[in-house]
Amino acid sequence: MADIAIIDYGMGNLRSVHQAFRTIAPTASIVVTDDPQEIMQAARVVFPGQGAMPDCIRELETRGLRTAVLYAARTKPFIGICIGLQMLFEHSEEGDISGLSILPGRVVRFTSNLCDAQNNKLKVPHMGWNQVQHGNHPLWEGIDQNARFYFVHSYYVCPQDAQFVQATSCYPQPFVCAVARDNLFAVQFHPEKSQGAGLMLLKNFVNWVPV
Amino acid sequence: MLAKRIIPCLDVTAGRVVKGVHFVELRDAGDPIEIARRYEEQGADELTFLDITASSDDRGILFRIIEQVAEQVFIPLTVGGGVRQVEDVRNLLNAGADKVSMNTSAVLNPQLVADAAGRYGSQCIVVAIDAKQIQPGRWEVFTHGGRRATGLGVVEWAKKMQVLGAGEILLTSMDRDGSKIGYDLQLVRSVTDALEIPLIASGGAGTLQHLVDGVKLGGADAVLAASIFHFGEYTIQQAKQYMAQQGIEVRL
Repeated sequence: MADIAIIDYGMGNLRSVHQAFRTIAPTASIVVTDDPQEIMQAARVVFPGQGAMPDCIRELETRGLRTAVLYAARTKPFIGICIGLQMLFEHSEEGDISGLSILPGRVVRFTSNLCDAQNNKLKVPHMGWNQVQHGNHPLWEGIDQNARFYFVHSYYVCPQDAQFVQATSCYPQPFVCAVARDNLFAVQFHPEKSQGAGLMLLKNFVNWVPV
Repeated sequence: MLAKRIIPCLDVTAGRVVKGVHFVELRDAGDPIEIARRYEEQGADELTFLDITASSDDRGILFRIIEQVAEQVFIPLTVGGGVRQVEDVRNLLNAGADKVSMNTSAVLNPQLVADAAGRYGSQCIVVAIDAKQIQPGRWEVFTHGGRRATGLGVVEWAKKMQVLGAGEILLTSMDRDGSKIGYDLQLVRSVTDALEIPLIASGGAGTLQHLVDGVKLGGADAVLAASIFHFGEYTIQQAKQYMAQQGIEVRL
């Protein structure tokens, strides 16, 4: 039984995520796996995702991983990253597709023609280091308010229930970039690519004992 | 708010970082892994590696470099040079690249951009464009390390790459590359205004003010530089502090 299982459903590169966990938890046993049993047995589960959400959902289904993901998200420390956050919700505008419906809410696209306060055009995808305003969840321990994390995404989540919101960022309007409920935590940015603050968040996840 | 990014660029050949002027006259700048670590410590927002020879021998060396850097550096890594098929994209991502940059191969086979973006997502597909001014206000796309003209207009080409699924454009002015006289701001402005996706300005940065101009006057979302960082003229931190003083949002 692994300490940490990183769910691999064939969408892109998990090396960065794996490497980050190896660095912050050098003695933990870490598996990158598409085996439902291994996911259900692991102590902690990491649900990454990149690319387009419809492809991610399709690959998840093809590999028969839906049940394992739902089980892990309900029962053990679980962290979703990027599309791994978006898939937790009910619906995405991207491909007009249903998500896993673990959390109520939907995923929408940044509108085109965004501008900042100086009337400069803001590009989509939202790509780069942005400041994060966070709540007081244990995963934020030791991380400054307005710490910067690395984002790359064109869609963002709109949770139906504000009590699950654990952080926001601005582009230019505030959008939700982290949610939490019970044993589950998920972020829009890439902690594995966010240097010190990102590694701190992952370390807090590895040490996290949900109450 | 979102910070403007500073991206040091490491041109790699035969396992060494080099820097040329106008794409030739290469000068040794050191060991890529050591340099990558130094730039991360100094606060680089991303790193770009360009395999500038892409011969088959060097290819293996590049993969080992990327693997080692990815083990130690927790910021996004872009790797380009010699990417000819979707398989090459996959191999670079597996070696630890977060984004893969295509240039010549995108011109020879635009479908490659669509296929790679379709398979791995636009977020990891960068299209690099080498641009040369051919008349006032008009730039042409060049390939093969700047040696071959394509007849393609740069603005039209960049827009086409956006449609096919590029997540970002890395725009290099061949006229300015290594010249240290500043980015071609007119070029940067023309392309960035035509795009929805982010643009990285490259080619010509010689002072910290050039970086500021690239953002403020050119409208770039990120600025890429090599010479001014490789040979110790400025640290990334100095560049960021200067940009911050000029009112640019940066990650300090």
